[in-house]
Amino acid sequence: MYLLEVRDLTKHFGGIRAIEEVRFRVMEGSITSIIGPNGAGKTTLFNCLTGITQPTKGRVSFLDTEITGFRPSSIVKLGIARTFQNIRLFKEMSVFENIMVSQHCRTGAGLFASILRGNAFKKEEKIIEEKALEYLELVGLEDFAETLSWNLPYGSQKRLEIARAIATEPRLMLLDEPTAGMNPQETSEMMELIKKLQELGKTIILIEHDMKVVMGISENIVVLDHGVRIAEGTPGEIRKNPLVIEAYLGKEH
Amino acid sequence: MFVQQVINGLTVGGVYALIALGYTMVYGILELINFAHGEIYMLGAYLGIIFLGFFTAIGLTSYSLPLALALTFVLSIVFCSAYGFTIEKTAYKPLRNASRLSPLISAIGVSIFLQNYVMLTQGATDKVFPHLFEETGFEMQGMTFTYIQIFIIVVSAVLMMLLNLFITKTRMGKAMRAVAQDKTMASLVGINIDTVISVTFVIGSGLAAVAGLMVAMYYGLVNYSIGYIAGIKAFTAAVLGGIGSIPGAMFGGILLGLVESLSSSYISPEYKDAYAFIILIIILFIKPSGLFGKAHEEKV
Repeated sequence: MYLLEVRDLTKHFGGIRAIEEVRFRVMEGSITSIIGPNGAGKTTLFNCLTGITQPTKGRVSFLDTEITGFRPSSIVKLGIARTFQNIRLFKEMSVFENIMVSQHCRTGAGLFASILRGNAFKKEEKIIEEKALEYLELVGLEDFAETLSWNLPYGSQKRLEIARAIATEPRLMLLDEPTAGMNPQETSEMMELIKKLQELGKTIILIEHDMKVVMGISENIVVLDHGVRIAEGTPGEIRKNPLVIEAYLGKEH
Repeated sequence: MFVQQVINGLTVGGVYALIALGYTMVYGILELINFAHGEIYMLGAYLGIIFLGFFTAIGLTSYSLPLALALTFVLSIVFCSAYGFTIEKTAYKPLRNASRLSPLISAIGVSIFLQNYVMLTQGATDKVFPHLFEETGFEMQGMTFTYIQIFIIVVSAVLMMLLNLFITKTRMGKAMRAVAQDKTMASLVGINIDTVISVTFVIGSGLAAVAGLMVAMYYGLVNYSIGYIAGIKAFTAAVLGGIGSIPGAMFGGILLGLVESLSSSYISPEYKDAYAFIILIIILFIKPSGLFGKAHEEKV
């Protein structure tokens, strides 16, 4: 079953064609990588999928709902979460608060309930707290719940971003360079974590530069160059594709 | 003398702090200086006169003064919140993606509009706040504390504590902090930014309504232009404490009130308004981000 379908997605910024008629489909439960040289339009693609930027043309369907033009908070509620290449935690909030603020889009009572503090609310709040701890355990941050998120070391901040994305209970997770700036040890831990997410039933799309990560965990790879999809296939197919080699290394003379 | 002036300073400072909170909360979320905020405070004072007048006419004030006052407060808060909500929706929201100067100009426009609207409907002369209770208080070692002063200090303190609880403990408060720190990211964890912005305006306007009403009770006179100077002072207080910081606005407001009242009694009352700005200049020289403000980081 296809979870996500992107059709002819195009985004122009003035005269710049950031992405041009990109199309691909993502199977439920799979790991897809988006690769391409710098400036290929990978992050713009993520921005269009999450409603941060509106595409110039084209359509995105998620679970058979057309989500083009939806606002970001509605897309999150449908089940798409994302992380950023440069960390964007709520840095003046504790680790725990970062998780809790992300769970509220899943609670029935909404943002106003806490003012009245009824019994149902208290019960819900307790469930939220238990779940928040679970998410922190998943990424190994349960001992840092009360730490201000800004004081965490870099690798832990990256993992907290992922925990915060999970807290919105997504079916599809978009991870923008999850291993950027990590040492080999941290990178392999991150790969473990991504595989764990897949085991939990999450579908994952990665933007990644580290080819070891890309080839190691993805089932499907989409290659972008100057906004155009130049190839798609399994790691084995992509490795041998002459167009991809050319995009990365230049034409053979 | 000193204690007396401290009490006077706390009274005015509490009011400044209540108004400053509205500036700082809106700035924290939209990076907009809401110049129309002082006008909400002025509307609060006028609405107080109107509602109290109405309750006097139907005999509620003579039946039960506390009930009439309580209802006046509630109605002023509701009306001012509605004004704040509407101003945001009509004057600022359409300009959300415009350059930063546009909403600022729009805010000044709203401020001019509201002043003239009140001047035309209520008249350009001073209005007297109904004199409903005796200016009583108690004396202690030659100093007088009026009940209204105590009332203003207590109400300001309680409201600030409630706001603090709201911001730190409730879901909406957490969402507000998240939006203030990173709007895009907040929307990506499912927070509806528009709702949070509306709530911010509603709360800020409610606090300004209380401030306006209390000042009208304290001084007894209201004028369509009182929002201007009060707004400038409260804005100064917010900058003093570090604009965007809620504890900063509370502290800045109280500090400003104390400076004004102490300096006018110990130095000279003629330059009362100047002291506030002298303090502001000194603090901005030493710490440009304000007392509680964080140094601005350039986003790369």
